[in-house]
Order: sequence, then structure tokens, then C-alpha cells
Amino acid sequence: MSWRRKFLLGGLVIAAALSWVVYAGLRGSMVYFVTPSELLAQGGAAAGKAYRVGGMVVEGSLDRDLPTLQLSFALTDGRATLPVRFRGTPPDLFAEGRGAVVEGTYAGDGVFLASTIMAKHSEEYHPPADAEPGYKELMRTLLKPGEGEAAK
Amino acid sequence: MGRPLGVVTLLALAVGLGAAFGWAPRDAVQGNVQRIMYLHVPAILTAYAAIGVAFVASLAYLRGRDPRWDRLAHASVEVGVLFTAITLVSGSLWGRPTWGTWWTWDARITTTALLFIIYLGYLLLRSVVEDPERAATYAAVVAIVGALDIPIIHFSVEWWRTLHQPATLLRPQAPTMAAPMVATLLLNLAATLCLYAFLVRRRMRLAVLEAEARARRWR
Repeated sequence: MSWRRKFLLGGLVIAAALSWVVYAGLRGSMVYFVTPSELLAQGGAAAGKAYRVGGMVVEGSLDRDLPTLQLSFALTDGRATLPVRFRGTPPDLFAEGRGAVVEGTYAGDGVFLASTIMAKHSEEYHPPADAEPGYKELMRTLLKPGEGEAAK
Repeated sequence: MGRPLGVVTLLALAVGLGAAFGWAPRDAVQGNVQRIMYLHVPAILTAYAAIGVAFVASLAYLRGRDPRWDRLAHASVEVGVLFTAITLVSGSLWGRPTWGTWWTWDARITTTALLFIIYLGYLLLRSVVEDPERAATYAAVVAIVGALDIPIIHFSVEWWRTLHQPATLLRPQAPTMAAPMVATLLLNLAATLCLYAFLVRRRMRLAVLEAEARARRWR
């Protein structure tokens, strides 16, 4: 095969890959996570299958059992609520009222068994109300744990 | 020109680093770890700029076949790949404490990794084609097609569900970030752009020397 043809082929592969990414994405078939209502709408067909589910952690639903590291909470998208069980330590930003994406399997009895929790954060950045800007603040917060509200 | 630009770059990087740690306030939600943003975001924006320059220079090269455009494109891609790598690594380090994962195949990370691979392919292509003019022509086409990935990366957080949050800075409305944080970000962006310009100039000079050495060998 001549260089020109190899090259054309390579260019075509790249162009095809890029356009597939856009096409598949716009059609919605390349989904990073499903919402609780999408998962629950599948009913029994979803049982035993692996999913990534994203939603907000319902206020007041978070229950931790520290000795066993058992965690249970509910994820919601505003329409449906999915109870989730997890064992381990969640990321620092994981909290009630915040977004989270969980990976795991749907147990079928209405409970999602998560093996990984990922916390989502918003696109907003601002200093805490009590912050004094500058170097001293950095040293203080580095030396003393429990800085942001995330650490609560 | 080379030396003053180098001095300016060094100063800008030092001031940017000072602002990121000594002046910008910590974030209310993430705490001090949010300061990784002052490397992560300037790095990807500089990579966009580098690939953008390579895109324009490659078009210009295909039109006029002036080797200077090719040297600019080549140098720009090399530095762009470097900044894309910095973005991926700093993003991974930022993702672990905040999201809880080093890596996940969300659309923005995937399309950024794709950018890295496309332009690694560009550099590979240049090194396997022996005839410099043919290498330049093939590479120019890859640089032009590959640049289509940049708008995909930017809009990935709107087109798809991602772990990444929507845009903070490059959006139609005002930035959703406190003013000193925006200022620190822009300062560091200026510094990385200076670094980009400095590295590209040095790399282009090196390309001229390489071409001369090659010509001497042929004689």
C-alpha cells in the first residue's frame, strides 16, 4: 500500500472516529450515567446489571454506620428516588443535597449496590464567608484540618 | 527577543504561582485543593491555543508550502501535547480528592485524552515519513482534522452527561467565580501563554538548525 493511501486511510479513520463521537453523543446513545427514573423505568430488566447512576443525594437520607463503613442513602433526579447501599469511604465532597454518580449493580429489589461513589461539584467557586485572603489563611488551613464545609 | 521573553515568562510564572497560593482565597466547598485549577485550566486553554495555531499554520502551509509555516505548526503541536499532558495529570490529581477517582470515562476526559492521542499520532507520523516535505503535508492534514476535537471538548459538558461541571469562565454569562479567583486564573493563563510562546520560538529555531544540518549532510 502506498504512503498516500495509508495516509488517506489514517485521515479517514480519525475523521470517522470524531464524527462518530459527535453523532453518537447527539443521539444520546453514549450515556455516561443514567438517572434514577431511567433506571427504575426498566423495572426487572435492569436487575443484576451494571450501571452508573447520577443524581442528587436526598437531604436526610444519608445513614452511616462507622464501625462497618456501611453507607446508605437515596439518589433522586426529582422524579424518582433510588435507595443506594455502599461500603467504604466516600469522597470528601460527597454530602446530602449534592450531586453524586455511583457505579455498581441494581439488585432488583429496588436497591442499588454501589461499588464506587463519585461526587459531582458545581461550576461555582467562591471563598468561604469567614475567609481572610492570603498566605496566613493558607498556612492556617493547611495546619488545621477541617477547613471547608466539605470536611464536615 | 528570546532572552527577554524568557525572563518575562519566568517572572509571570513566579507571580502566578505566588497568586495561586498566597493571594487567591481558598474555595468554600473544596478547600485548598481547588488551587490545582490555577494550573489545570491555564494548561488546557494554552493547549487549545497551541492546537489553534497549528490549525492555522497547517492551512497556511498547505496553501503556500512555505516551510516556516510547517515549523510553526510542528513546534506548536509539540508544546500543545505537553500542555495537554499537564492537563490530564493535574486533572487526575484534582479528581482524586474531590470526585473520588483518578480517572473516569466521562465525555470531557475522554475527548481530552483523544486530543492527546491525535497529536501524539501527528508527532509519530512526522517521525516515520522520511521525506520532510511529504511528512509536512500529511501532518498538516492531521493537524487540521484533529483540531475539530477542541470544540467537542469545550461543548462536551453541555452535549453529554459528564462528571465535569458546566463551564465557569468561557460561557455567555458572567463567570460563576469570585473576582480574585478569576484574576489569579487569568494571570496564570498569561504565564502559560508566555511559556508557550517561548518554547515554540526555541523549538522553531531548533527546526531551522535541524534542516540546515540535514542539507549539509546531503551536500
